[in-house]
Amino acid sequence: MAAPSPSAGSAPLLHLSGIEKSFGSVHVLRGVDLEVARGQVVTIIGPSGSGKTTLLRCVNFLESYDAGSILIDGKEVGYRDLARRRVRSERDLARIRAETGMVFQMFNLFPHLTAAENVMLGLRKVRGKSLREAREIASHWLGRVGLGDKLDRLPSQLSGGQQQRVGIARAVAMDPKILLLDEITSALDPELVGEVLDVVLALADEGMTMLVVTHEIAFAREVSTEIVFMSEGIIDTQGSPSALFEDGHGSDRFRSFLSRFETHRRR
Amino acid sequence: MLNAIVYALPFLTTGLFVTLIVSLLTVSLSLVLGGLLGLVLVYGPTPLRWLVRGFSDIVRGIPILVLIFFVYYALPVAGLNLQPFNAAVLALTVFKTAQVIENVRGAIGSIPRGQMDAAKAIGLTFPARLTYVIAPQAVRRFLPPWINGVTDAVKGSALVSLLGVSDLMHSIQQVIGRTYDALPLYVLGALFYFAINYTLSMLSRRLELRYSYIRE
Repeated sequence: MAAPSPSAGSAPLLHLSGIEKSFGSVHVLRGVDLEVARGQVVTIIGPSGSGKTTLLRCVNFLESYDAGSILIDGKEVGYRDLARRRVRSERDLARIRAETGMVFQMFNLFPHLTAAENVMLGLRKVRGKSLREAREIASHWLGRVGLGDKLDRLPSQLSGGQQQRVGIARAVAMDPKILLLDEITSALDPELVGEVLDVVLALADEGMTMLVVTHEIAFAREVSTEIVFMSEGIIDTQGSPSALFEDGHGSDRFRSFLSRFETHRRR
Repeated sequence: MLNAIVYALPFLTTGLFVTLIVSLLTVSLSLVLGGLLGLVLVYGPTPLRWLVRGFSDIVRGIPILVLIFFVYYALPVAGLNLQPFNAAVLALTVFKTAQVIENVRGAIGSIPRGQMDAAKAIGLTFPARLTYVIAPQAVRRFLPPWINGVTDAVKGSALVSLLGVSDLMHSIQQVIGRTYDALPLYVLGALFYFAINYTLSMLSRRLELRYSYIRE
């Protein structure tokens, strides 16, 4: 299948324009424009405090944005009246959020529910599936992430890597248009990172559209169709992995950010 | 001493019944009211939050006894005349409601923020997030301090005897008034209160076990 080309006629799946956000007096996002086409994997890297996670959380309106617009499939995410910044109703927000999947740094599994129940909750209460259907879908996806034998375990009975794979299954089982991954390996022991990233790579291979925030540069290079480097609330550098890593494109700031990883690895 | 106790028992059963009724009313009314107001305190719009905050702070800063006398002796000035029994239940309920509000706030507040985020992210509406994600976790954290507070309510209910409500405490004093033999009666009263509260404590332990999903 050919990669969808961003032609004039086909709008991108996700379209961010002029996103600004402040926490009190701290201007976290200072005007971010970004497009993600269907089937693309766009990865955001950058130093901590650069606004990556905040930007990601704006996409499903876990954070509000003070200026700019976010469109998913041409539909504004957070506001029913952009000019007056009137936030959508709770019901509309829920409906829109159901179209995006999110995986969190701290997993955020529901501790009172088993692995299967974690995946089934959205299927039952949001998608309105029957118990049997939801159970089947949950068992399918938990099988896909290698946890087919852990359906009835509670999160507290799973390792960090296993919990995060449940987190991924919970998100993709909802059949989202786009998957948001927020530093999903940062809280994991190093030996557990691989099993989680493998799952993400497999999803990318199947054409799942993703917006990824990560500190794993090597992984970003492997999985991404496009890499975005954020610094101080703006997109500093953007390009394909080959342009940035092989051809040496990008701002000085980006090059020096990368070199920190290189020296680290050499030691 | 045993004779005195056996003599007193029949007189105390009605009082015991009244104490149980007062406690039951107080506890159930405050559970409903405090639960609702607690949700307002955590999730409500700012002005309402301030109102609940103010109510809770003021009530918790006043001794129950003062609250009871206030409802019985001061409210009539404002045109609200209550029977001793009703005044007592109202005062105790107000007092207990403030506690329940804080129990609810504490229980919900100790749930990591990420739980709400994850529940939002899968597209659950606010009521669904509360019902399926927040409440099951909050109940478990709510129960231990709440049941502690229930025993407080039972003990505090002894103060309604001061309004002339014939509860357990009041009946004890009446029997003492007839027999002039205080010690056995107070021992008996203490045993009654202890029996009620010990039962509640055992029940609370059972409930806690039932709601603990983090099994070792």
